[in-house]
Amino acid sequence: MDNKNLYGVTALFDTPNEIIHAAKEVSKAGYKNFDVNTPYPIHGMDRSMGLKRSKVGFVTTFLGFSGTAFILLFMFWTMSIDYPNVIGGKPFFSLPGFIPITFETTVLLGGIATVIGLLALFANLPSNNHPLHDTDYMKAVSGDKYGIVIEASDPNFNEREIISLLNKLGSKKIHSINNPEKEVFPVIQTRFIVFLIVVAFIVSATTYVTLNKIIYIEPFNWMMEQDKLIPQEKSAVFTDNFGMRLPVEGTVARGHLPYPFKGQLNPAETLPNPLLPTKGVLELGKKKFLTYCSPCHGNYADGDSRLRGQFPNPPTLHSQRARDFSDGMIYHIIVNGQNVMPSYESQTTVEDRWAIVHYIRALHRAKNAKLTDLDEVKKESQLNVE
Amino acid sequence: MSNNETGYIRKELPGSVVKLGIVLFSIGLILGIIGFLIEPVRASFSYLVAFMFLLSIGIGSLFLIALEYITGAEWSTPFRRLSEFLASSVPWLIIFAIPLILSMHSLFHWSHTEVVNEDAVLKGKSPYLNTSFFIIRVIVIFGIWSLFYYFFTKNSLKQDTTRDQKLTKKNIVLSGIFIPVFAITITMAAVDWLMSLEPHWFSTIFGVYFFSGSVWASLAALTLIVILLNERGYLSSRLNKDHYYSLGTLLFAFTCFWGYIAFSQYMLIWYANLPEENFWFLNRWTGGWEYFSILLILMHFIIPFGALLSYPAKTNPKRLKFMSVWILLSHYLDLYWLVMPNLSISGHGYLFSWLDFVFPIGIVGLLILVFNIKAKKYNLIPVGDPKLQRGLDFTLH
Repeated sequence: MDNKNLYGVTALFDTPNEIIHAAKEVSKAGYKNFDVNTPYPIHGMDRSMGLKRSKVGFVTTFLGFSGTAFILLFMFWTMSIDYPNVIGGKPFFSLPGFIPITFETTVLLGGIATVIGLLALFANLPSNNHPLHDTDYMKAVSGDKYGIVIEASDPNFNEREIISLLNKLGSKKIHSINNPEKEVFPVIQTRFIVFLIVVAFIVSATTYVTLNKIIYIEPFNWMMEQDKLIPQEKSAVFTDNFGMRLPVEGTVARGHLPYPFKGQLNPAETLPNPLLPTKGVLELGKKKFLTYCSPCHGNYADGDSRLRGQFPNPPTLHSQRARDFSDGMIYHIIVNGQNVMPSYESQTTVEDRWAIVHYIRALHRAKNAKLTDLDEVKKESQLNVE
Repeated sequence: MSNNETGYIRKELPGSVVKLGIVLFSIGLILGIIGFLIEPVRASFSYLVAFMFLLSIGIGSLFLIALEYITGAEWSTPFRRLSEFLASSVPWLIIFAIPLILSMHSLFHWSHTEVVNEDAVLKGKSPYLNTSFFIIRVIVIFGIWSLFYYFFTKNSLKQDTTRDQKLTKKNIVLSGIFIPVFAITITMAAVDWLMSLEPHWFSTIFGVYFFSGSVWASLAALTLIVILLNERGYLSSRLNKDHYYSLGTLLFAFTCFWGYIAFSQYMLIWYANLPEENFWFLNRWTGGWEYFSILLILMHFIIPFGALLSYPAKTNPKRLKFMSVWILLSHYLDLYWLVMPNLSISGHGYLFSWLDFVFPIGIVGLLILVFNIKAKKYNLIPVGDPKLQRGLDFTLH
């Protein structure tokens, strides 16, 4: 080889018949690394060049069936194991329903694999440089000429022999093409990176301004733009501009039946307790007593306030006067309040109040327990032992 | 155009083929008549399967002829005459339908007026599904097909001697009329002969389902005959690998098409799970039929798909011959699967009977016979067709 930098020899022909003949002869002469460039696909060229079938089909098959396997496993995992949902009463793994997705994924992965395989494996992308790039030869075969190129990498390559062979085949334009200097168009260079950044900035800014300022369109705003009540906001729904409405006069809320002796200082008669002191009632009473009564009256109604003098301490509820109150009277005091004690009507329901009364009675009995009460306790503990 | 240009030399088919056809057909005919005498109900169902096989090969071939004209395909021109021979059973269909029409009462539930009067659904369908309209449809549809067959072959055969290009144009126009007519008539035929066996059931894709199987089987029959004849030098010496490849590709395409259509029909019914639709599939999933259904999926789709997927498989004559026979068997199985479960339900149910093997033998014999009669008289390739040269030159790359 006289020229080490030689890429190959090119020859141009005028008609498709000549190029087919040339391809056949070059192939017959034993050359392997040669290629033909024509403005359009020519029937019979593969055979004339002695090409084998493309291997891209294997890439397609392999990735297509990988898609089948992947999506079946994926659906099996999501639909049957990780997040099983009953859909249409079908089993968690119901193959007929998965078939369309499996089909689509097979086709999708097969298609993508074909394109990427063609570009990357067979067209040598991302390389953007080819020795024939920008040559007169390439310009001619993009127009109306039919070209053949025999590469210097061919084991039988001999420049003089090839030129005489191509001459014999009838080509009038034969050129030897040298490899260009390395890295003529490198992808990574400062100017290119800066260009990319500038383009990214301009595109983002334009997009932002266009979408948010110039042609701002709310996509589906029917829910946002409707007549509705917004808390703490003026409302256009009612003429008085209030969002909240007062209940109709005479409305009674559940658990808040009005008390007939409200406001009387010393009622002539009181109500009987409608509840029985069951375990549930006593537990409710304890809860409500500890919530509303105990801050002032103390946890055991001894009048030991937890409020440290912010409020005057009430007297103990274990006094004889308090013990002598009827159930109705205690209820009356809870509803009306007494002296500095305010009314607890709004905080408690009717049931709560009667339960509190029962709990106070239980406290009364606990503070004045008799020895005979212990017998009851013993009986219970024996019962428990048995 | 001399014989050297087309590479075709006319030879008589060997007499053994005719003998084989006569033997098979006579076996089928005699045993079939005995079957009708011994077990009329069973025989009529078995005969219906065989009749539908004959019908699907005939009209499938007729469709392939029209398809070649209307698409202007060149690669299939050397084989068109063989499709014409296969389609020559179409005019005989009306005669072979007579035993079925005579045994209509055992085949078709809806032909009993007293049953229809008690059944609101069948009563609603009775304007279409009644005996007289059924017979009218049979005559009209088979008549239309026979007419198209007559004109297609008349023009094509005339071209052998006159070499008149206008005849091709005539046939192209004829194909344009035939294709929409074919779409309607094959749907009606599929509904009449197969779907109405279970008159309560309905599926709007059923016509397409029958069509996909029919064309598939016709292609398989064509491929088998092309390879058998070409191996023995009865066709043009210029047929090459790419012709086989195209036949194989089309077979593969129709394998996928049938799978797609069959699954579309199944999936919608499976998903909606409506009792008025799903019982048809449930009948094919009980009483031993479930093995049949799985076998159908394997034989009709999965195995042909794998066997015909690669390029070498589509160009290998041995593989193509084997798969053609396989496909014809699968298509017969498909028809059997469509027809026979209806017999099981009506109380005569059992899987196999000697009659199931008698009728297909007769039908294969009949196909060989009609093919032979035509092959004796005419050239095996359309020597006068203007597209023939390009068809013989056909290459893929």
